[in-house]
Amino acid sequence: MIGAFAFYLFAAAAVGCGFMVIAARNPVHSVLFLISAFLSVAGLFVLMGAEYLAMLLVVVYVGAVAVLFLFVVMMLDVDFVEMKQGFLQYMPIGFALAALVVIELIMIVAVWAFPPEAEMARAHPIPTAAETVSDPNGPTNIEALGLVLYTDYVHLFQIAGMVLLVAMIGAIVLTFRTREGVKKQDPAEQVARGRDVELVDIQSGQGLR
Amino acid sequence: MGIFETLTYALPELALAIGSMVLLIVGVFLGDKSARQIAYASVGLLLVALLLVVVGPSAGRASLFDGAFEIDAFAAFAKVIIFAAAAIAILMSQQLIDGKAGGRFEYSVLIVLAAFGMALMVSANDLISLYMGIEMQSLALYILASFNRDSRRSTEAGLKYFVLGALSSGLLLYGASLVYGFSGSTSFDEIARVAAADPDNAGLIVGLVFMICGLAFKVSAAPFHMWTPDVYEGAPTPVTAFFAAAPKLAAMALFARALVVSFPGVLQDWQPVIAMIAVASMVVGAFSAIAQTNIKRLMAYSSIGHMGYALVGLAAGTREGVTAVLIYMAIYVAMTIGAFACILMMRRRGGMTENIDDLAGLTKTNMPLAVVLTILLFSLAGVPPLAGFFGKWFVFFAAVEADLVWLAVVGVLASAVSAFYYLRIVWFMWFDEPAPAFERDAGPTLRFAAWGSALLMIPLLPIFIGQLRRVAETAAAALF
Repeated sequence: MIGAFAFYLFAAAAVGCGFMVIAARNPVHSVLFLISAFLSVAGLFVLMGAEYLAMLLVVVYVGAVAVLFLFVVMMLDVDFVEMKQGFLQYMPIGFALAALVVIELIMIVAVWAFPPEAEMARAHPIPTAAETVSDPNGPTNIEALGLVLYTDYVHLFQIAGMVLLVAMIGAIVLTFRTREGVKKQDPAEQVARGRDVELVDIQSGQGLR
Repeated sequence: MGIFETLTYALPELALAIGSMVLLIVGVFLGDKSARQIAYASVGLLLVALLLVVVGPSAGRASLFDGAFEIDAFAAFAKVIIFAAAAIAILMSQQLIDGKAGGRFEYSVLIVLAAFGMALMVSANDLISLYMGIEMQSLALYILASFNRDSRRSTEAGLKYFVLGALSSGLLLYGASLVYGFSGSTSFDEIARVAAADPDNAGLIVGLVFMICGLAFKVSAAPFHMWTPDVYEGAPTPVTAFFAAAPKLAAMALFARALVVSFPGVLQDWQPVIAMIAVASMVVGAFSAIAQTNIKRLMAYSSIGHMGYALVGLAAGTREGVTAVLIYMAIYVAMTIGAFACILMMRRRGGMTENIDDLAGLTKTNMPLAVVLTILLFSLAGVPPLAGFFGKWFVFFAAVEADLVWLAVVGVLASAVSAFYYLRIVWFMWFDEPAPAFERDAGPTLRFAAWGSALLMIPLLPIFIGQLRRVAETAAAALF
């Protein structure tokens, strides 16, 4: 009972916040709604017994990614009002396309048939909360994940590492470059200066001519 | 299979992954002045990987990591061309590597990493490894597109490519998640079993269509081609030369494997989709290229059209069709590299020129370049005695065999239209008033690439076409 209540609460919050992400006028509000959408989904994960994924979502997405978004949105002075111009103009066709997709999705759901393989995949491999509680010696969430991550999926794990390496190289290549005409401060040079400094007495309020 | 035996099959990929990391560390220690040495070492690394594909255990047939990574003749065929094209692309990038703006050693390492990603793509036999391979390759390509950070157009090209690439990955993943949800497995073989058992599974088909959309983005087939001209124009020309060759082949091979291995039972569902994409690409490629004045944009539209022709072979869905796709892509890669080598030789004092007008009267100022470019353009247009014609011939023949006569007819009409803009350039070169001459010191690599590929196009080597066909047939047979 309370589980169902919590599910509907989190699910409704996730959908509502997701809608507000695109509907909010202020981009900062959008990011804040995104964060609460992440939190609601984390709640859903907890209900499914995937507490590790829930924590991961909170730590990685809320803690790092969304906060980074927030910084970027605040630091880039993007004029979202101007960007949203023409929004109304394109809305009818957007709505038509969205309606089409919704109808298509409904048509799939109408003939929704799970093959037995899908049912099997759904039943396992990650044990549900109830199972974990009833069998205290069974693998915990993280253990279950680790058992497949470093055995069956080890090559994908390694490739993911390579992808991150490429991302790192990219960040360095694209941002770390020497530009002409940039005035840099070199403390060592400043400290090592000799008597070649000219001292000027400046009248208060006059400035340096 | 023990882990060490497994790894011997993946030796080419391991060599590229470990080698690229070693080169990266060496490059960091030696600094950017070592860009040239790192480039040569990268070429060596790619050649070693190529050798390993041909002679090592990976020339055989094996299924690694629970069937997620397939080693077969199909993958070997694609990998050989990919590694060779990547090595040539590095050699053709001397202007960028020795550039006065200061070449960066990461350039060659990124091409090696992209080649690594492509090798993963063509061997992927599982939805997850398919996605990881694509991301590995695309991420390296995004960086290469915006490599010239001081140029606004290059930065824009990289950003545009990145955003649209992310969108296409989203489509692909959405489709893949539906396919996984309705089949209960990420393995291609398993998906094929479920799809054959229940061909009316609507969810599976919707997922498949989304995956096709995502993959069509990656091969830049219309109507998912919008990014191509801007990215080709904005990216530094050596990078564009790389983009137009190896990644196209890798994506097309991945496309073929994903469709033919995992959805053979529902051919009637995906055949019309692929046929429509092929028609759209051929038409867009033929008509949009006519109005172009920039040769890089023209090559972009030309590559969209060529992807359409290759997809005609895939639409057939037969073994002959896949053979034709492989032959077509091999010839396409060879002639594209040659054409871009010619474009890279279009240099005047003060930099590169990219306008078609600059080629006017080339026969009077630079006869050898004009002859080579003429041969390559004729081949791109598919004029009979040249290799480009044989590529189209096999593709259309496969379509006719599979009862897709209308598709072959549309293809022939589109190639007649596209012949117009290739021949227009030839007209400019031979019969127009000469524009100022290009610099002559193109360097041996570019000249070698241009001449080599032009010679390959001349079917004085019918043996070459026959040999290519035999190899492609063995490769395609691995999928069936």
